[in-house]
Amino acid sequence: MERKIILENNDIEGIRFLDVYRQNGGYQSVEKALKTMTPDEVVSEVKTSGLRGRGGAGFPTGLKWSFIDKKSNNPRYLVCNADESEPGTFKDRYLMERIPHRLLEGMICSSYALGANTAYIYVRGEYKYIVGILNEAIKECYKNGLLGKNILGSHYDLDIYVHCGAGAYICGEETALLESLEGKRGNPRLKPPFPAVKGLYDCPTVVNNVETLANIGWIVNHGGESFASIGIGKSTGTKLISACGHINKPGVYEIELGFPVEEFIYSEAYCGGIKNGKELKAVIPGGSSVPILPKELILNTLKGEKRLLSYESLADGGFESGSMLGSGGFIVYDEDDCIVRNTYNFSRFYHHESCGQCSPCREGTSWMDSVLYRIENGNGRMKDIDLLVNIASHIEGNTICPLGDASAWPVAAAIRHFRNEFEFHVEHPDIVRNSKHGSILQYTNK
Amino acid sequence: MSDKQFKHKLYVKKNSEISFTADTLAKIETIIAHYPEGQQKSALIPVLQIAQEELGGSLNVDSMDYVARLLHITPIEVYEVATFYSQFYLEPVGKYVIEVCQTGPCAICGGEDIMHYLEEKLHIKVGETTEDNLFSLKGVECLGACGSAPVMQVNTEFYEFLNIEKIDEIIATLRNTSELTKPESLSWKERLS
Ligand SMILES: Cc1cc2nc3c(=O)[nH]c(=O)nc-3n(C[C@H](O)[C@H](O)[C@H](O)COP(=O)(O)O)c2cc1C
Ligand code: SF4
Ligand code: FES
Repeated sequence: MERKIILENNDIEGIRFLDVYRQNGGYQSVEKALKTMTPDEVVSEVKTSGLRGRGGAGFPTGLKWSFIDKKSNNPRYLVCNADESEPGTFKDRYLMERIPHRLLEGMICSSYALGANTAYIYVRGEYKYIVGILNEAIKECYKNGLLGKNILGSHYDLDIYVHCGAGAYICGEETALLESLEGKRGNPRLKPPFPAVKGLYDCPTVVNNVETLANIGWIVNHGGESFASIGIGKSTGTKLISACGHINKPGVYEIELGFPVEEFIYSEAYCGGIKNGKELKAVIPGGSSVPILPKELILNTLKGEKRLLSYESLADGGFESGSMLGSGGFIVYDEDDCIVRNTYNFSRFYHHESCGQCSPCREGTSWMDSVLYRIENGNGRMKDIDLLVNIASHIEGNTICPLGDASAWPVAAAIRHFRNEFEFHVEHPDIVRNSKHGSILQYTNK
Repeated sequence: MSDKQFKHKLYVKKNSEISFTADTLAKIETIIAHYPEGQQKSALIPVLQIAQEELGGSLNVDSMDYVARLLHITPIEVYEVATFYSQFYLEPVGKYVIEVCQTGPCAICGGEDIMHYLEEKLHIKVGETTEDNLFSLKGVECLGACGSAPVMQVNTEFYEFLNIEKIDEIIATLRNTSELTKPESLSWKERLS
């Protein structure tokens, strides 16, 4: 089921450069879209393709584009979300580093479809060297008439600028990203109004993930129908999965949606099995914000069907026994990993990254952080475990942006599936106190 | 981030004369031109980055006020932003800022040991700077390189698949050369040329 859309030709020497990229079919979609299609036709192909946002939420891209406020006289903007800071996710970095023109090609077609004459790429501050790569690629485009005024003689103008962030996970949330792009603190905005109506500088704006936009060129070239025939059900196309944790071959893999999880973990072509011959214990399949699943539930659903890498299959069973595809950050835990310590680690992360605007998130992440800290360090009480579940349930759904949910889900899921490890921590303070990551597992796995 | 606060001493203005070179000012003009008319505030983060880089590696009230004047915005707008983002340093830092990833995927692959080892090796705690002002040690959240855990970033370079020998080597080179060394795989600049 080897199927490449985004990483097609990725191995060709020099594919980062415009001439090599073009020799291998690059930018054909720009010619096709700008010269032979109307913007609405492009939108319609994207709708037909069934492409869903690759940034985490999986919202249908064509539908999102059709919300853009056409009555407004303000300029429109396309903003590419390259903030990539969801723990476990490093696919956009790989894509932009290896094959930056794939993104630019998609952005030109998308901007044309949306009627935008300016587009920004918001890159997280830590990826400073990626800014250099993108700027080189953009320069090549200007030189070759693919950006700027009157692109390829089509009377369509577009400028793309790279904007670098400065270290803040929350700026990946689309409205926080827009605030940040306007030179402010990254505080998410209340929605509605949605960015499609009031986005950047209060103008109609679409924010899309890097990988989402990288698909658009292929869709224009081959048509939405062909794209929709790849994948499974409503999960059309391919997905980049960034695999990390205790596996033999961590890295970024492009899979056709619907690929079995078990094969992905154990096949030599992908993760290559668990490191050091250990046993698989659990997986977080879509970045740190989605629920963790123990081995039995990540390999098979509760109904006994094979779990697949698709939006629907990973969500099968709801949060009781399922998870989410999210951003495709696939984190694998082996038998020695301590779920409590890992949950504490992520809670610390969300506490640190909360922007502090809403009380449930600001206070709740702080409480979860401290309660988990005391459990992890051997000072927990049995009722702390239910206290955590309680805090999580009060954050969920009560905040301006989904970071609140993202902090609550992992805690609730870890307790749901691994309550015995939390209890063990409370019952054996001497063992857990000051033990290093993983080192207490020799006791719990007995 | 939200709990990061201005240290009181930062309110004390030093009133030192600050100005960018003509080259830098020209660079800033091109950045401002990336944004629509009247939206020059959008250039704030990039300009603060330049200020931090060119004015000694960290920001203070004088440099922030200077940036406010350049962009025709109020000083408080600059302080608001500088205190929000983790890559702006409001206290002096060493020449090399070592930022070790502490988040889950790195932590399970030895990130915690890397941090402890660096603390011992440099004789400082997280958040401190060595006496010779060469190294500052910080803990940061996921750097987006989890596939090559454990990872750290020194200024702008990523160092991946870390182990103790590699750290010894990196620190030794940084001590002995005046330039930031490239990670073992070629940097993109070299690959581009
Ligand atoms: C806390 C938080 C962090 C996010 N981080 C990212 C990110 O790093 N990259 C990204 O593309 N989307 C991120 N998102 C999702 C964006 O808000 C938005 O849904 C996405 O960029 C839309 O693009 P898509 O429809 O192409 O997926 C984040 C959302 C939240 C709530
Ligand atoms: S949920 Fe958290 S991160 Fe999101 S706006 Fe509220 S306080 Fe900020
Ligand atoms: S967790 Fe360290 S780079 Fe992602």
